[in-house]
Amino acid sequence: MPDKKLKRVDLIFSEECSCKDVLAEGLKKSKEEIIKEVLDSGLRGRGGAGFPTGLKWKFTSEQAEPEKYVVCNADEGEPGTFKDREILSRVPLKVFGGMAICGKAIGAKHGYLYLRGEYQFLRKDLDKALDQFHATIKEIGFDFHIHILMGAGAYICGEESALFESMEGKRGEPRNKPPYPTIAGFRSKPTVINNVETLVYAFMITRIGAKKFMELGTADSRGSKVFSVSGDTPIAGIYELELGMSLADFVEEFGDGDTKAVQVGGASGFCVPRKKFKETIIGFEGVPTGGSMMLFNSSRSMYNVLKNYVEFFEEESCAQCTPCRVGCQQLRKGIEAVKKGEKSAAYLDTLKKLADTMKITAKCGLGQSVANSFSSIVDNFKEEMIY
Amino acid sequence: MPEIKELVKQLAEKHGRTRESLLPILQGIITEERYISDAAMTEVARELDMSAALVYGTATFYSFLDTKPRGKYVIRLCRTITCDMKGKKQILKTIEDLLKINVGETTKDNKFTLLETNCLGWCHKGPAMLINDEAYTELTPEKVSEIIGDYIKNK
Repeated sequence: MPDKKLKRVDLIFSEECSCKDVLAEGLKKSKEEIIKEVLDSGLRGRGGAGFPTGLKWKFTSEQAEPEKYVVCNADEGEPGTFKDREILSRVPLKVFGGMAICGKAIGAKHGYLYLRGEYQFLRKDLDKALDQFHATIKEIGFDFHIHILMGAGAYICGEESALFESMEGKRGEPRNKPPYPTIAGFRSKPTVINNVETLVYAFMITRIGAKKFMELGTADSRGSKVFSVSGDTPIAGIYELELGMSLADFVEEFGDGDTKAVQVGGASGFCVPRKKFKETIIGFEGVPTGGSMMLFNSSRSMYNVLKNYVEFFEEESCAQCTPCRVGCQQLRKGIEAVKKGEKSAAYLDTLKKLADTMKITAKCGLGQSVANSFSSIVDNFKEEMIY
Repeated sequence: MPEIKELVKQLAEKHGRTRESLLPILQGIITEERYISDAAMTEVARELDMSAALVYGTATFYSFLDTKPRGKYVIRLCRTITCDMKGKKQILKTIEDLLKINVGETTKDNKFTLLETNCLGWCHKGPAMLINDEAYTELTPEKVSEIIGDYIKNK
């Protein structure tokens, strides 16, 4: 049972500090000090996968290769997620600052921000902020340059190795792993790739210190997180909350009084039905999320929800590996056939086996995670799939 | 196609002639032409000294790098469930009626193309759409009629 209560936090967007001072202060530290601070804080990646940020930085810093890169993943494409857009439009200097601190820690002179094509309209303001950042960093006397690259409408490019391929001017098809980016990332050089939000937290940790950050959250999920709340809620929007709360608390705060399910983590996440709200912890020890929280009330058909997700995956699959390319198509056709009565209800179990097979055999996170939403929706709302 | 030749050359001068220049160049063509024709792809291949198949393979991977003729204004309506729950179907019907085209089609005067797209990142303000790079949110049938009407009259 979760012991944390829902608590609003104001770290990411807080304006109380001057980015220049934090940056100057942070860059005075040695790379060992920076990495230790980030490691000690327990910060884990905020894009969804939750890899310890300090470890990424440490592994990359240990590579002897002189050319290394920092990449900021701003290819926010998970359905239901819009926090990175908000962060980039409100506190871009903190994002760039996080990249520079990381650059110092790993020994990189160049950072790249890969922005999804859907956010082209942010570009003008981002370029202005970037000019300001470059002037600041020059004043401080640290040699680091950030470039912005644009995506072109491909969800899969949020997968780190697909993102590198795209940056290199290729089709955004995920690579085989290993090697991991810390050894061979962009241009096959050691690369730290972090989500927008992760970089801002790393930046804030250099200001408030690991200790203060650790006071928030739980043993497995330190700190706070920015949530994108949408669906059947009277107060849709962006909220920074302490990690480790129960979904019941979350629904009490954001629900419309009639919430029957919450999709935690977007199309690639898990569907939690009402009866499990109390026991479900939002965090890495429970149900993790990159921030997407979609609420559904009792007027919604969960069949429509699932169909929308499966169609999404079918369209966004890079089609490189068979389990994902064919699997997504068959899952969509399968639920349609059950709904129409062309297949019996037992066929849903066959489809679940297919989703499980994709989990083990698909090449990347996209195909592997289709089973998350598929099985959790089918298991919890079986009647709605059939009738 | 002297214009395409000139455009590709300009873009190559700006972004370079390496493999990494390919995406920015293709994006530059989209900004000017709204789609990448076969002739444009062949020209990019020639300018960057790579095979046209490679250019084609890359361009066709990305949904924003259209390789079919598109109108001057490409409307991309978000098809994710949260926009759907806020009345996306009505918005779609309003636009279809207004422009007299279906999803995937272009108006006869080549001014508008109507497409659906995956999550635009405006789930708290759905339904949402892009017209070229501009985002429009919290759409209602009235609001979308007004926006499109303005494009018809003034742009």
